[in-house]
Formats: sequence, structure tokens, C-alpha cells
Amino acid sequence: MFLQQLINGLTLGSVYALVALGYTMVYGILELINFAHGEIYMIGAYLGIIYLALFTWLGWTGSHLFLSLFLVFVLAAATCAGYGLTLERIAYRPLRHAHRLAPLISAIGVSIFLQNYVMLAQGSADKVFPHILPARSFLEGGIPISGIQAFIIIASLSLMGALHFLVRKTRLGKAMRATAQDKTMASLCGIPIDRVIAGAFIIGSVLAAVAGVMVSMYYGAVHFFIGYVAGIKAFTAAVLGGIGNIPGAMIGGLFLGLVESLGSAYISSEFKDGFAFLILILVLIFRPTGLFGEKVPER
Amino acid sequence: MLKFLYIPLWFGLLALPFMGWAGAGRLVFALGMGGLVGWAFLRLLSFIRLQQAKEPVEEKGRGIMIALKSLNQIRLFWGGLFLLFLLPVFLNNYYLDILSLAWLYGILAVGLNITVGYTGLLDLGYAAFYGVGAYVYGLLSTGVGLSFWLGLPVGGGIAALFGLGLGMITLRLRGDYLAIVTLGFVQIVYLIFNNWDSVTNGPNGILAIGRPQIGGFVFRAPIHFYYLSLVFLIITATAAQRLIHSQIGRAWMAIREDSLAAETIGINTTRMKIFAFVLGSGIAGVAGVFFAGKYTFISPESFTFLESVRILSMVVLGGMGSLPGAILGAFLLTLLPELLRGLANYRMLIFGAALVVMMLFRPQGLMGKKA
Repeated sequence: MFLQQLINGLTLGSVYALVALGYTMVYGILELINFAHGEIYMIGAYLGIIYLALFTWLGWTGSHLFLSLFLVFVLAAATCAGYGLTLERIAYRPLRHAHRLAPLISAIGVSIFLQNYVMLAQGSADKVFPHILPARSFLEGGIPISGIQAFIIIASLSLMGALHFLVRKTRLGKAMRATAQDKTMASLCGIPIDRVIAGAFIIGSVLAAVAGVMVSMYYGAVHFFIGYVAGIKAFTAAVLGGIGNIPGAMIGGLFLGLVESLGSAYISSEFKDGFAFLILILVLIFRPTGLFGEKVPER
Repeated sequence: MLKFLYIPLWFGLLALPFMGWAGAGRLVFALGMGGLVGWAFLRLLSFIRLQQAKEPVEEKGRGIMIALKSLNQIRLFWGGLFLLFLLPVFLNNYYLDILSLAWLYGILAVGLNITVGYTGLLDLGYAAFYGVGAYVYGLLSTGVGLSFWLGLPVGGGIAALFGLGLGMITLRLRGDYLAIVTLGFVQIVYLIFNNWDSVTNGPNGILAIGRPQIGGFVFRAPIHFYYLSLVFLIITATAAQRLIHSQIGRAWMAIREDSLAAETIGINTTRMKIFAFVLGSGIAGVAGVFFAGKYTFISPESFTFLESVRILSMVVLGGMGSLPGAILGAFLLTLLPELLRGLANYRMLIFGAALVVMMLFRPQGLMGKKA
């Protein structure tokens, strides 16, 4: 029972961590809470179902199941990257020098718009992800872990590793770190900061899309409202780890998933969604810089 | 010219998975044609302006503004007020009901404007304080038969206490955190209203809450509430007006403009921020009591995040930091959805887009001053 909850928590936590990375990257660079990020995740979850339906219609899922699943992820990530890019262009870039509340409010506007757009286009009922993967839970060395859970945990961890590599070792990562430290100075050094910011949005959206598709596979159903709650939880994870801090967001997400899963199993399942906010408020009282935010946020 | 092709195509591509070929195609066509027509219109406008260049257009607009300003503002104000008190004679119950709701939202918008507009603190959990006021009165009225008039200070006071607790935690931190914490707070309060069945009766809400009454006279018809809400709004707005033009109000605005500078000239910024936050919360609590007394029924659904956003957009639409603006925003955003009933499903879609457009083109709102 405990082990089962632990694994459920880790699965949930790796999804939160993936979404939290998007918040923390954008915050690190722009000092802006990207309120619409949760909706990108929701769109990713819908796209997973939509593209899978497309491949089922093409008849690929029967013959090339894993190839088509891979393509579902790639296509959903590409489409979400488009959404993220457009979001930045429309709602954030023109407001970069406006007063502080303007981008927050326009982000809330985008968030409401996207929710209702998806509801109008796809209907307000739950969308169901078809059962094409073996849903059985299998015992591997005594650990009760299902195939999907193992996949989610492994895929999330490898994506996080890839992101860490990207930020630490590549030119784009270096440019991002520089922009986060000082935008003016970075642009004086010839770093195209508009492109770097767009890059942060694209990467964040890709991670959110992957998280979305994985969640729709895991729970088997999505709803146009999921982005709001998941968004707040992921943001909590980011704050927990110290906002702007990439490894912090990963650990914050995993921790939050564990707390939520164990809390709903042993304390109260009705207040499942409340734990995240409680943690958020506790962190802000006792350690507002987050668990790993001792230094000035690096990125 | 080419952008009228590729921008719609880009949006069509994004919408394709959600709307299918036909829907995306229609979208591309609509966006392209809309863009072209708008562009042509703007070109025409500037062409006409060029033709009239000898006779400056700007002067005309300024003439109207001067004429408006030269009207005796005080007389205008009393005239408008008289009209508002006379209005119910001409209106049926349906409109009276909507208008009293508009005045109630006016109270909320004035309260939130103190927090967001004057002090610059983004409070996304305003509906939580509104809900706390409503539930406190609802529970005390059905439980121990508390009267409406006593409920007003009790509900407002408890909401203000919640504001004090939350404000003391978060207002010492950077501004953005307040937005998220209040967002979490509205969600927690909603969860408590919805799940604590033994006290709040869960999703079914509280029924048969006491109406306001004076002696033997019970407020029940829409016209009674019209006057009651109007009086409440006038009291709130007047009090807010006095406060804003006092030393406290100037301190708030100083904090909004530059918190560091405000601190260096001797303003206790944390205390003033907390005061603004608590005052806003208290006003929301009073409005909640009013809401409970008017409808005699409350349920968790009335106090969600979306309600917060609705009140916030009234403030934003009217103009942050403008009292008449907040009331105008409340009036418009209560009335327009009623008038746009035909567009029921598209209402929220348009609402979201309107928030973005507003921020892009007129971030100071309809009546706000340019920052």
C-alpha cells in the first residue's frame, strides 16, 4: 500500500516537475508568472488524444503502436511549441515594458480564452484516451509499478536530464543564463534576447506538452479545466524548489507529488487539491526563497 | 500585405487539430478577411486625415474634452445621482435586479480597486473574502438568527481578519507571490465551502438566510434591493474617495509607483500595504453579507477563482486607480453579459480575448490616467 502510494506520488510528481520547469524557466528570465502555462499543458493533453485518434484512423496503431505513440508525442510537442510561441508574441512581448500587472492580467485573459476555445471546439465533456497500452500492473522485483508509470517516471527524468544538459552545456543554455542575469547586458553582448525568450517559451511548452500527453495516457481522460489546477500545483512546485532554479523545480515537483499522493491516502482525499496550497503558504511563511533558493536564482 | 496570408495560416495551423479542416479553414478565411478589411479601413482613415491636415483633427477632440471638463462636475454628479434614484420608476423588475447586482459589483470593484488599483497589490483571491463574508452571515443567520445589520460588521470584520492573516504572511514578500498565494487561498476556501459538509452543507449551499429588515419592513422586492445596494455603493464609494484623498491614500499611491522610494520618505510600506489589503477584504466581506441577504441562498459556486477574475476585470476595464472607473467597469461587465445572452457560449471566449486586447491597447482602462 505504502509502496504503491509512493510510486503513484512519484508518477504524479514527475508530471508536476515537467510543468514546473516551464514556470521556473520563464520566471528566471522574465520575472513573470506565466499564468497561461497550465493551459499549454491542458492543450498538450488534448492533443495527445486527438493525434492518437488520427493515427488510429490511419490504422497505424495496430501495426506500429510504439512508432505512432512516439509520433503522438512529437506532434503534440511541436503544436504546443507553436502555441507557446504565439502566446509569448501576443500576450507578453508587447507588454515587456508595461507596468507590472499588465502581463499578469493579459496572461489570465489568454488562459480564459484557451480554456473556452478548447471547450467550444472539443465539447465540455471529458475526452477519453483509448486503452491501447497494457494497463495491467506488474510486479517487478516486488515493486507494484505499471508500465505507464514506469514510462512516465523514466521519460520525465530523462527529459529533465536533457534540459539540464541544454542549460549547462549548450550555447542556447549559456545565452539563457546570461539573459536571466541581466537582459540589458546580455543584449549588449550580442545575445538576441527576443529569440532566447522565445526559446524558453518553446522549451517550456514542449515539456508541458509531454506532461500533458502522459497525463491523458495515465488517467485515461482529460477535461478542459485541468490546466488551471495543474498549473497552480506546478507553480507551487517551482516556488518550493526556489523559483528560477531548475533542479529546484524538479525536486519540488517530485516532493509535491509525493505529499499529495500520501496525503490523500492517509489524511483526506477530499482535500487532495488543498495540500499544494497549504505547502505553498507554509513555504512562503518559513522559507520564501524556496528549498534551494539560497543563492541568487541562477537561471 | 503578405502578413494577411501567413498570420491567419499560422493560427489556422494551430487550430487545425482542435477544429478540423473545415473549422480551421473558416478561421483562416475570417482572420484574413478581417485583417484585410481592418487594414483597408485604417488606411482609409489615415488618408482622410491627410486630406484634412490643414484643419487639425486633434483640436476637435480636445474641444470636446474641454467642453466636458467645463461642465459643472458637482452639478453633474448630483444630477446623475438623482437620475439613479429616479430610475426604478421606469424599469421593470428584471432590470432592477440586474442593476442592483451591478451596484453590488460596484462595491466589490471599489474595494478591490483600493488593493489593486491604488496600492498595486494583485489580489486574485478577492472572491474568497467575499465568500467568507457571505458564509459567516449565512451560518450565523441560519444558526443563531443574527440580524442582517449586525451581520454586516461581523461578516466584514471576519473577512478582514482573514485578510490580515494572509496579508501578514505574504505582503512582506515580492509582489508576484501575493498573486499566487491569493490564488491558492481562493481555491482552499472553495474546497472548504464545498467539502466541509457538516458546517457548510457542501455543494448544496445554505438556504433560507435571513433578509434585511427594519422594524416590520422586510426587504424583498427588487426595488428594495435596488435602493439598498445603491445606498451601500454610495457609502462605500464616498468613504473610499475620502480615504484616497487623505494621507493614507497618497501613501498607497506612492507605494504603487515606487515602493522603495515610498519607504525612503518614511512610509511604513508593509503596514500600509497590509492596511489596504485588510480594508479591501473587509469591503468584500460586507458585500458578501449583502449578497447572502439579497439572494437568501449561497453556494460555493459563487465564490470561485472565476468570480475573482470577474471583479478584477471590472477594475481593469474601468481603470486601475479610478473610483468612477471601477463603478463603470462593474456596471458594464454586469450589463453586457446580460445583453449578450445570445452569444452565451462565446461570452467567456470574448471576455478572455478582451482582457488581452485591453492590456495591449489601453492598459490604463477606460477612465484610468496614463501611467
